[in-house]
Amino acid sequence: MIRLEKRPQPSRLWTIVTPLLAVVLTMVVGGIMFALLGKPPLEAIRTIFWDPLFHPQFASYSRPQLLVKAGPLILIAIGLSIGFKAGIWNIGAEGQYIMGAVTGAAVGLAFYPSESVLLFPLMVIAGALGGWAWAMIPAVLKTKLGTNEILVSLMLVYVAENILASASASWLRSPEGMGFPGSRNFKQWPAVHNDELIANTGMHWGVVCAFIAVIAAYVLMARHIQGFNIRLTGEAPRAARFSGVTPARIVFLCLGISGALAGMAGLFEVTGPAGQITIDFNSGYGFTAIIVAFLGRLNPVGILLAGLLMALTYIGGELAQLMLGLPGASIQLFQGMLLFFLLATDVFTNYRIRFAKGELA
Amino acid sequence: MATLLSIRGLTKAYPGVVANDDVSFDIGKGEIHALLGENGAGKSTLVKMIFGLVKPDAGEMALDGAAYAPAKPSDARRSGVAMVFQHFSLFEALDVAENVALGMENPPRPRDLARQIREVSETYGLPLDPTRTVGTLSAGERQRVEIIRCLLQNPRLLIMDEPTSVLTPQEVDILFQTLNKLRAEGTSILYISHKLEEIRALCDEATILRLGKNVGTCTPREVTARQMAELMVGSSFNAPEARAGEKGEVLLRTDKLSLPAPGAFGTPLREVSLEVRAGEVLGIAGVAGNGQDELLMALSGERLAPAGTIFFKGQDVSRLGPIGRRDAGLLSGPEERLGHAAAPNMSLTENAVLTGARREGLVQGGFIDWGKSKAFAEKVIERFDVRTPGPGTAARALSGGNLQKFVVGREILQSPDVFVVNQPTWGVDAAAAAAIRQALLDLAAKGAAIIVISQDLDELMEISDRFAALNEGRLSPARAVAELDIEKIGLMMGGAHDMEVAHVDG
Repeated sequence: MIRLEKRPQPSRLWTIVTPLLAVVLTMVVGGIMFALLGKPPLEAIRTIFWDPLFHPQFASYSRPQLLVKAGPLILIAIGLSIGFKAGIWNIGAEGQYIMGAVTGAAVGLAFYPSESVLLFPLMVIAGALGGWAWAMIPAVLKTKLGTNEILVSLMLVYVAENILASASASWLRSPEGMGFPGSRNFKQWPAVHNDELIANTGMHWGVVCAFIAVIAAYVLMARHIQGFNIRLTGEAPRAARFSGVTPARIVFLCLGISGALAGMAGLFEVTGPAGQITIDFNSGYGFTAIIVAFLGRLNPVGILLAGLLMALTYIGGELAQLMLGLPGASIQLFQGMLLFFLLATDVFTNYRIRFAKGELA
Repeated sequence: MATLLSIRGLTKAYPGVVANDDVSFDIGKGEIHALLGENGAGKSTLVKMIFGLVKPDAGEMALDGAAYAPAKPSDARRSGVAMVFQHFSLFEALDVAENVALGMENPPRPRDLARQIREVSETYGLPLDPTRTVGTLSAGERQRVEIIRCLLQNPRLLIMDEPTSVLTPQEVDILFQTLNKLRAEGTSILYISHKLEEIRALCDEATILRLGKNVGTCTPREVTARQMAELMVGSSFNAPEARAGEKGEVLLRTDKLSLPAPGAFGTPLREVSLEVRAGEVLGIAGVAGNGQDELLMALSGERLAPAGTIFFKGQDVSRLGPIGRRDAGLLSGPEERLGHAAAPNMSLTENAVLTGARREGLVQGGFIDWGKSKAFAEKVIERFDVRTPGPGTAARALSGGNLQKFVVGREILQSPDVFVVNQPTWGVDAAAAAAIRQALLDLAAKGAAIIVISQDLDELMEISDRFAALNEGRLSPARAVAELDIEKIGLMMGGAHDMEVAHVDG
């Protein structure tokens, strides 16, 4: 008989081992799935994890994509992880990301065709505020009326998607777009184009912000009293109140940080890789970032690595669709498996397995 | 006397600690057998092995001559072993009969069960109405639910873990009559307690554990409480010294403090007025669930009180939160160690920051000085003899008594002007309890005012200057301890409660 026994304290070793184990298990089970689909499993895995970086023909295109995709994932996941540490479950980063993009883009387009160097920073601030304001809705409802932030933030994603649809179809539509939905293309407006800072690296301002966010989050959580209060609220809410923490303030702080970071990520995306507000520019980063946050153990450095890994599966998945004809849904399954195995192996951080000998209950 | 349960060489080791080392003793039929020991002596592990919750590494047990090795509690119950735990596992929103049914292997139909509950409760003098909702019951009544649940299965051996810790003296008497009746019918009882006088009054035999080993069996009536305590601790310990001296000015005063109940089963505070002076210890007694937690939260600042109800050194602090009150010098220690006084998964260093952040200067410009925090945690560990590998250990890895020493020590070392503490020695071994009480008295001797909320009357009599009792959220007027004896106190706690019901509309 197999039993789980609670460890006296969480195992440090397993905290590090579980994400690696989850990746290995995903590869094994994913390989089986690819085999069942009639595709060569080893080649599929190699295409997803190896070719994007080292394929002689495609790597020069796909390598920069790594940072382009990882940037927003990391930036959003860092914000989410801070809330998750406090037990505040913002599931609606996708909505905050969209609203940040729409707000920032709208502010920028209001000044079209200004060439001021101040415009791009202003748009970044507007994007952060847009995401922040969207996250304040669940925060206010939670603290004033006791609603569940999971449901409210998630529902607001669909509201945001509708606002995005109306923005791209009507009030932010490009007057020179010949009636097609979509805003002006920021790539053709040098003052606000969030271009690569170093050619062929994928490094744009959003990636820079993501790295800064990693460091800032690390310092906040490890050294600052507010980070301590956030962790304390998540670990033991009563102890937090005893210590003098006001729960409502933590709700506002956590939702505010994650909303602002998601909003900024949206703005960097829309002025950079996406180029314009379209009805589907968002590509689900806000949801994938939830996986990234957990895969990175809610730890800033872990999130950095998890973001890069997740970006790799995105790019590798596209490559696998192209080269092996794998269905797109199987790639999503593959990413889902990663979270599934992570949560499953996570048990070993707090529990150990005991094999009871020779007796059956 | 024939032997019912015979234990031979039971051994159980956990990583880094041998919880039970070759423990052997016998429990006779119709005998009340006491199991005594400090915290961490291995009583819980031993009892869990008897009840099938833990499997021994070595050794054997025999029940009535037959080999006995329960793999799980239901095996133990089938063999006629029942247990009343220290912490009740009852659903507050269900009624008594439903709760009893949930704990049974094959519950009878509800109507039959209610009848059986009435029968057992009458036979053993444990008054209990099967239709009442558990949330409305006192701690003593809840314990009866657990006892009746056990008795319905006609146990041959009843294990009781610290049963009197939540009872008034009168309720203790009722419980003892029940246990004596069970003994007369031939049921054996394994009785775990810290209270030595109780064991002397009730038990036929006592087995004393120290560091996992059986260090002696004695007949409690033939030895003194002090002798038993010394066997248990392994050395003699100091009883707190009585102290005299003039009391100073009033440091903390509440004026008709009323607060609504925090939840469906909480207790409202009703016009609580008290005052405590510099150098004085005010003891507040009361059966669990009569507003102790609520009073502590109101005084600590976790729940804000209406303006003009709490005064610290003459200043109205009613609307100040925990941080403001701590800055002023009003510190507190809640009853629940894990989750309230300390965060279970956080290290002792982090738990030191939890309340010491500002008074100990552990935070500078918003940033935590971890070196200084660790030093403060180490100071608490050293001064209060907290047994732990180091300040990096998670709070939940400490035994209850050791964590209690840490959380009480953490506040005392911050030199409060007023210290309010709920159940300072709950679940702490005798030597550590004496050390904590002495630390409280030393703090008072230095001019602090102390409020001790406790259910341990011996403790309150020992350290308080004045004494009051909480019931149903009302606080009795405080009286000098010298005027009181334990009988009068029992009436203040339990008798006043009955009078309350009588004139509740009047």
